[in-house]
Amino acid sequence: MTTTFERTTVEVRVASSEPPIVAPPKANGPAAAAILAAGIGCFALGLLVILSEAIPAIKTALVLSGPVGPLSGKTVAQVAIYLVAWAGLAYAWRGKTIPFDTVYVATLILIALGLVGTFPLVFEAFTRS
Amino acid sequence: MALTDRELWTVIHGMVLGSLFLLAFAGGLAGLYSFRWNLVTPTGVRERLPRLEIGTSVMALAAWMTVITGTWIVNPWYRAALPTSPRSVLLADPARALWHTFGMEWKEHVAWMAPLLATAVAFVVIYYGPRLAQEPKVRRALMTLFVVAFMAAAIAGLFGAFINKVAPTI
Repeated sequence: MTTTFERTTVEVRVASSEPPIVAPPKANGPAAAAILAAGIGCFALGLLVILSEAIPAIKTALVLSGPVGPLSGKTVAQVAIYLVAWAGLAYAWRGKTIPFDTVYVATLILIALGLVGTFPLVFEAFTRS
Repeated sequence: MALTDRELWTVIHGMVLGSLFLLAFAGGLAGLYSFRWNLVTPTGVRERLPRLEIGTSVMALAAWMTVITGTWIVNPWYRAALPTSPRSVLLADPARALWHTFGMEWKEHVAWMAPLLATAVAFVVIYYGPRLAQEPKVRRALMTLFVVAFMAAAIAGLFGAFINKVAPTI
């Protein structure tokens, strides 16, 4: 009677032998600026949608392109507000450490308000014919 | 086998750019989730970081290109003041009007949140570099923004696919 044994080789990698990564702490200001600016942009869109529905003159003014309609002005204005907010915040917070939790919560609130503003059942409540 | 210009742009907008963003989401989220000092070795960080930076940047670019092509190229055909345009066809039929008054109205607005949020994620990933693995709060915030961006894009993509099925842009 013959018995066969299978041999298995296990390669063990020792993490400590790897060269470490030097990653010193960074000021969170520029990151906080990018995150909050995105929140401001989302909020601006929701606000523009509601204002466009509530005030016919604004809706007309937002028609930057006839074939695209008021969506052209809403999105161009939203992107402009976002970029200006990002540039301003990045300048104000360059090299600084900001309370990140506060910025993060504010961003989430702004995003939530933006989502509410872009929801049809909400903005149609403001529609004026 | 041929596509009209309008069909081609609809495909580029939804099936190429939009789908690229949606399909890459799971990989990006997994990358952010596992980019932790206690989970990856220094070699792992070096190997994963460029993929995360390039992946989130490409996703942000795809999100921008999706909304720009959708708003400025496809949308004018959709909403043309002609009885045969998809918008007119939907509004003429009370049984299908909700696809425009709810679906399209939501889609065309909410989609514009995705590129802003995806850009913030890509910027912060690049800004922190390997240090991101030691910033759990920031990483969790990025994952949340990433999920919201995905949800916005998914709502837009889903309604876009359905509306193009109900009233195709041809």
